[in-house]
Amino acid sequence: MKKELGTFVLLVVLCAIVAAINPRFLTPTNLQNMSRLIGAFGILSLGLGVVIITGGIDLSVGSILALLGVLLSIMLVEWRWPPAFVVVVALAIGAGLGAIHGFLIAYWRIQAFIVTLCGLLFYRGLARFIAQDETKGFGSAKGFEWLHELATGEVWGVPTPFVLLIALSAVMWVVLHRSVYGRYLFAVGRNEEAARYSGIDTRLIIASAYVISGFLAGLAGIIFAFYTNSISPSSHGNFFELYAIAAAVLGGCSLRGGEGSVVGILVGTALLQVLQNLVNLLGIPSSLNFAVMGAVILIGVVADQLLRGRKG
Amino acid sequence: MSVSVRRVEAQRAAREVDVRPEAVPVLQMRGIEKRFGGVHALKGVDLTLQAGQVIALIGENGAGKSTLMKILGGILAPDAGEILIDGKAVVMRSASDAIRYGISFIHQELNVLDNLDVAGNVFLGREPVRGGFLRLLDRKRMQEETEEHLRRLGVGIRSTTPLSELTIAQRQMVEIAKALSLKARILIMDEPTSSLTLQETERLLEVVLELRRQGVAIIYISHRLNEVERIADRVIVLRDGERVGVLERDEITHERMVRMMVGRELENYYQHPRVKIEPGYFVVKDLRTARYPRERVSFEIGKGEILGLAGLVGAGRTDVAEAIFGIGAAQDGVRVRLAGEEIAIRSPRDAIRHGIYLVPEDRRRTGLILEATIRENVTLPAVERYARAGLIALARERHSATEICRRLNVKAPSVETWVSALSGGNQQKVVLAKWLALEPRVLIFDEPTRGIDVGAKAEIYELMRQLAESGVAILMISSEMEEILNVSDRVAVMHEGRLMGVLGRDECCEEAIMRLAVGQAN
Repeated sequence: MKKELGTFVLLVVLCAIVAAINPRFLTPTNLQNMSRLIGAFGILSLGLGVVIITGGIDLSVGSILALLGVLLSIMLVEWRWPPAFVVVVALAIGAGLGAIHGFLIAYWRIQAFIVTLCGLLFYRGLARFIAQDETKGFGSAKGFEWLHELATGEVWGVPTPFVLLIALSAVMWVVLHRSVYGRYLFAVGRNEEAARYSGIDTRLIIASAYVISGFLAGLAGIIFAFYTNSISPSSHGNFFELYAIAAAVLGGCSLRGGEGSVVGILVGTALLQVLQNLVNLLGIPSSLNFAVMGAVILIGVVADQLLRGRKG
Repeated sequence: MSVSVRRVEAQRAAREVDVRPEAVPVLQMRGIEKRFGGVHALKGVDLTLQAGQVIALIGENGAGKSTLMKILGGILAPDAGEILIDGKAVVMRSASDAIRYGISFIHQELNVLDNLDVAGNVFLGREPVRGGFLRLLDRKRMQEETEEHLRRLGVGIRSTTPLSELTIAQRQMVEIAKALSLKARILIMDEPTSSLTLQETERLLEVVLELRRQGVAIIYISHRLNEVERIADRVIVLRDGERVGVLERDEITHERMVRMMVGRELENYYQHPRVKIEPGYFVVKDLRTARYPRERVSFEIGKGEILGLAGLVGAGRTDVAEAIFGIGAAQDGVRVRLAGEEIAIRSPRDAIRHGIYLVPEDRRRTGLILEATIRENVTLPAVERYARAGLIALARERHSATEICRRLNVKAPSVETWVSALSGGNQQKVVLAKWLALEPRVLIFDEPTRGIDVGAKAEIYELMRQLAESGVAILMISSEMEEILNVSDRVAVMHEGRLMGVLGRDECCEEAIMRLAVGQAN
């Protein structure tokens, strides 16, 4: 809880600084844009959080976004499949790829880093091959405007992705912090052996985390595809797995497993987006974007370590 | 076995001669005080150590032994008091300061690197170099010096053997060799025999006495009073941070030590079962483990019976226990008969479903989730009991965990305390609490009192006895002869994967067990 609090304080301070220097930060348009991105990235981060809590990692989600973006365009525009069916297919592909990862990691005992790194390379290559390296889009979105709305629309002025994220977070909060399944996730992450000796089917639990991550990547994939509205297969979703990991870690997830919370992941995601926004609003050269993000994350983690060291 | 016992006894007799109390003590600790927040961990403790003397430091967990030794090892600074080496006051700010004064600490959990060889470990961090600025490792010198120290210890390990190929006992010898190469004059050994077999323990005690003969001063921390009785020149007893007693050589007896440690008398001798044992309750037939797939192990435990399982470390006892619990059986699981019903066990889930539970040997690795609360640990095998539609009712869970912890007398501020903050004895009670909440039918204990202090030990024995009387069949693996003899109704003995025999109460004595354990059939 304390770690989330630290990140939250950092978030508030950053917001205050940016708002003080550039009041445009608080304009409805800016807040809307930012919360839309928080929504989309947050969904991805939640999935990563679940995987990280079990002590694993999922590097493949960015490439899954690209693959799904390309496939969505083809299914909707070229094959003219019914949009609702396409949504189901996209989510199923996400969950299915996650299931494959989970199976290899939990049952065949291949390291998560390796499995999902291969996924990262494979799906990116597959996306580029299927699209023949051409940018794919959705044209005027005729017949599936509602899908477009999912990414770009608003509910009472709040961007739909953000609303979705809040709803999902509520569900995930209950699942992670109140359910038997959540208890098992944390138990497996903290000490897989002890969990197994307590009769928990640890392999199933671990595999399921990747299914969740894949499924949420599928959902985020749909949102990102319609948000950008044009999918360039070589760059769509690039580095997004790293944003998601950074958000989860900033929010208190430990890469050793067994630690993390939904609230923390949300705060971490928001922090990253505020940082992006800060670069734009403060007139920092956008080429410095990554440098700013890296520096702030590092400072946050080092500060956390120092504070902890003083306690111990 | 008995030969080496005699040898140790002979050495002990011979050394009475060379204690020279008039010499300047190599170490004096005077009035050592230490507080951690509100806890007064050490209250003016004194300790004097002569060269060539073995002092045993005993006391229950939390009595202050480790704190005192950490101060001597330079890891903690005392709040008050002074430390004199060779009569001169010294201040130690770090472990490397302590090493410079000739103090070496052999920790319970060994500090060796698996991926280096013996010489590499002995010289870790101070490798001799050659080749000028290239600073190449002088492997030849490392090996020669290491071999010399190993010879001095009388152990047949090569300096080029990778540590990963050594047993725990051999790794310990490597640590001792390292201490010798650091020119240690004061050697602190913390529970050195807790994971050694009986034979290895004998060997270690001989080494301790040999070092003593060579003039090394030794502080020996142990819960095993038999060892203390045999090797200590003087025993210092700590209780609640205070030095409550000192026993000189001729005063050291088992009973006196126990009485001083706990401040009360303990009766932990065998009690005949107060209920009738029903034989044939739990039957294991032709069990084959992955480690010894050629051996078939068969035995039975009566309802209400405690069957001890003795043997040397590596005899395959843990493998049998885990196989019954659904881990590491040869081929496709295990078949057992419980109360007349045939049961197939392929995973811990299967075992748990039928009320067969394991209190594992390594509680920190497999018994507990250390970085979680007592509540979460206790309810882990059956959280769904406290859940409706998959959601946990926290209040009910907490209530139930509190209840069982009170029954087992777990000492902790609340069930929300992290298990990592508990003493070994209380951690073991938490492992037990996990299973007691689930009405056990068969309970397997693997080294139930390893690293646990005397008071908690007695409580755990009493609990086992109560459980047996309530109709549980208990299998208890133990490497402590005392424990096997005091607790078991019958004793099964294993040797290299084979069950050598089962001894009834009247025929089981130390000698009979040892004969079977080393592979001599009756």
